[in-house]
Amino acid sequence: MNRFVLPLGLFALLAVVLGIGIKHSPDKGTIASVLIGKPAPQFSLPSLTDAGRTVRSTALRGRWYLFNVWGTWCGECRAEHSMLLEVRQAGVVPLIGLDWKDEDADARSWLAQLGNPYEAVAVDREGRTAIDYGVYGAPETFLVNPQGIVVYKYVGPLTREAWERQILPLLPTRQAAR
Amino acid sequence: MREVSLTRTGCRREPRRSPVACLVALAALILGVTAAYAVDPTQLPDPALQERYLALTHELRCMQCQNEAIADSPVSLAADLRREVRDMLLAGKSDEDVRNFMVARYGDFILFRPRFNARNAWLWMAPGVLLLIGALVFVRIVQRRSALVAEDNEPLEEDART
Repeated sequence: MNRFVLPLGLFALLAVVLGIGIKHSPDKGTIASVLIGKPAPQFSLPSLTDAGRTVRSTALRGRWYLFNVWGTWCGECRAEHSMLLEVRQAGVVPLIGLDWKDEDADARSWLAQLGNPYEAVAVDREGRTAIDYGVYGAPETFLVNPQGIVVYKYVGPLTREAWERQILPLLPTRQAAR
Repeated sequence: MREVSLTRTGCRREPRRSPVACLVALAALILGVTAAYAVDPTQLPDPALQERYLALTHELRCMQCQNEAIADSPVSLAADLRREVRDMLLAGKSDEDVRNFMVARYGDFILFRPRFNARNAWLWMAPGVLLLIGALVFVRIVQRRSALVAEDNEPLEEDART
């Protein structure tokens, strides 16, 4: 009897460790962002829609916003676009776009055709700001709080489920009231 | 693409050439082809810098195609990250600066050679701990067996009767 205690105990311990590992394993190869809980990287980039204007991260301080990285070369961005328009419609939190390594003309006609869900779009032609945000594939969406801290990151086309179950609960209730 | 023809370098037309010459020609052909397919044409002015650049780009993971190094990946993000490495080296940053820059943005996952830190310490320790447990179990078993052997050596009752 006694001689089974140690192996069974070890087995139980291993099962717990593996269980934790499976539970924490990222879904479908999504890599957790190191930016969560850290200040959103600063940027100062030309605006896509207003020629001559600059979109600055410092100007976004003091309110919640969604920072959405996209490009016209990215098929999945087209798939998420209707969801972004819904987010804009909800009026809960503004969307700031980062047009990543794109042609300005293409991006402008994309917004003209599909509708513009963004309050402002910064142009990252060199891809440096995207690197600062640890972006490894568009689309990616970051939720930033009024203190400028990244609270949440969603990789891939934004789904209604992610919007309703992950992002909305993170927003303060007053702001989330539709 | 660089052109290397077998006939020009003399494998077939000139029988007097040694087999070594043929091998050299073949090597030139293969190297020429791989050079043509190389993803990264970057050349830094200083050979020492170039060497560090190559080492770094081979130990950083391409986050988009996760089993490739940024040195080997043709995707545009890998090219952007190579540019960052090049610019940082040219600006006089150390290899560790470059690694820290990448880890601060993409996490430990970008390093092909993971670092020791508080979160993965148990993983680094695990083999040693397991080996220690195994050694303890081994010692105990050996001790028990040798105790058994000692018992066996005691004279049997039958021996006492004779």
